[in-house]
Amino acid sequence: MPFIPHTEKDTREMLDAIGVQSTEDLFDEIPAELRIDHLHEVPEALSEMQISRLMRDRAAMDGSPVCFIGAGAYEHHIPAAVWDIATRGEYYSAYTPYQAEASQGTLQTIYEYQTMITELTGLDVSNASLYDGASGLAEAALMSVRANRRVKTGLILLAPGVNPVYEHVAEAIAGSQGLTFEWLPVDTTTGNVAFDQLPEGRNPVAVVMQQPTFPGTLEDVDRLTDWAHAQGAFAIGIANPMTLALLKAPGHWGEQGVDIACGEGQPLGVPLSSGGPYFGYMTCKEKHVRQMPGRIVGRTTDLDGNPGFALTLQAREQHIRRSKATSNICTNQGLMVTAATIYMSLLGVEGIAQVGRKSHENTTRLVDGLCAIDGIERLYEGPYFHEVALRFDRPVAPILEALATKNILGGYDLTKDAGTDALLVCATETKTDADIDACIAAFAEAMG
Amino acid sequence: MSELPGDLLYTNDHEWLRRESDGSVTVGITDHAATALGDLVYVELPEVGQDVDAGGEMAVVESVKAASDVYAPVAGSVAAVNDDLSDDPEKINADPYGDGWIVRMTLADALDESELMTPDEYQQLLDELDD
Repeated sequence: MPFIPHTEKDTREMLDAIGVQSTEDLFDEIPAELRIDHLHEVPEALSEMQISRLMRDRAAMDGSPVCFIGAGAYEHHIPAAVWDIATRGEYYSAYTPYQAEASQGTLQTIYEYQTMITELTGLDVSNASLYDGASGLAEAALMSVRANRRVKTGLILLAPGVNPVYEHVAEAIAGSQGLTFEWLPVDTTTGNVAFDQLPEGRNPVAVVMQQPTFPGTLEDVDRLTDWAHAQGAFAIGIANPMTLALLKAPGHWGEQGVDIACGEGQPLGVPLSSGGPYFGYMTCKEKHVRQMPGRIVGRTTDLDGNPGFALTLQAREQHIRRSKATSNICTNQGLMVTAATIYMSLLGVEGIAQVGRKSHENTTRLVDGLCAIDGIERLYEGPYFHEVALRFDRPVAPILEALATKNILGGYDLTKDAGTDALLVCATETKTDADIDACIAAFAEAMG
Repeated sequence: MSELPGDLLYTNDHEWLRRESDGSVTVGITDHAATALGDLVYVELPEVGQDVDAGGEMAVVESVKAASDVYAPVAGSVAAVNDDLSDDPEKINADPYGDGWIVRMTLADALDESELMTPDEYQQLLDELDD
């Protein structure tokens, strides 16, 4: 039964009231040649039983490979309690509730999330989340233009370590709003920004840096943050939240800390799940909060003196500010944030630090093993967290295909990004020594 | 509603304008506007030195439930802003024609008073709004 709330009689009455013959007539304005009467590429509907079967068959095609791919989304162990709690009826909605204040539990969860993510990133305020890390960067760039009002160039400079996909997305979202994105020069030895070639006097509105970088290196974010501020620019920091119990929080980078931090929240309890849904986080210094997009939950006191939670600073948002709202983003990834909040509660800072340490150990075991193979070496020198770029003496695509036949996803093909035969590998805490050794052996065999 | 100050000029958008002795003008929002918005919680001020057209957006006043643009009643540039409002936006509610001033402007051209409303004309507008 289709969900159509109006009876034929309702429809007839409404059409009569406005003096129109049929619903079809309402679309007369659209020229006939632009209208499609049938979606030829969309198959007919399937029954629930048929669709369940189809999805089971398709899911089985994925198999259950051992995954050494990172490149922005990371496989971590998710305690069973996370999704057991997140899928309870009280929580199981993808959306911020309408009449939000009637859902105190949901609001408190978001409030707790905001508290945890501000602590992790070392900044003052957080919103209730954004769609994903990439759109988070677009929103951070747009926010920097609003908040750093003295700079009118709309120029956003990106450190070479920023995820290239994030740049594409930010360009697609913000490029048509007068923002231009330019890459800073790279030091090909370290893979990080080339400090001796930084352009002075460009008057950027913001400088974006990522830690760890896309190819897994550690950027001198203190120095780059200070350089951004010396240029009169905002510093925007993209950080993997899973690293922040061990690495310095963006709020403490350089003399003053970044102005805005954003990034991908997926590592915190959200499964890889073929690329989504994930969630983006965003935090900033308190003085910029009115330029922050998205919903913010605050704690307050009701008439009887009891603590309660409410959406706050809503005058930034489109239902009040209309066309001058800080963003069209009026929602958040509520369910993913619920999972992340439960995940962070279960692990605590110490647990997140342990995950980071174990992931680093595993990656070291993997990289040392791979670099012992003839024809494989590290692409960049310097420390890393849980991901490393490797240079190969031959194309990596055939090697990855050979590994796939052994049920191993050997890494992310970095050849296009690096301009040389290269692979990005990552071994999180989910990999056992046996997994890692099997992977190394498979590479050795494929390299012949 | 309190008595309208007789020495000010007014706009359709509920801004007021005071002619200062040095030829500049001071701009704020009227008691009617402040009351309609409710308790103000934030004022977004322009940069000093910024040029504005007559009718152009100059500042934003925000209450818990609404945000509203403040338009420049005349063309000119921003000579000073009331920085006290950053910490104390409710000054606009408490004293809209005094401590609650928002911007002081240097005029681009000689003031054309016929473009603005006298207290009587503005009172008439308010009376019509009440009806």
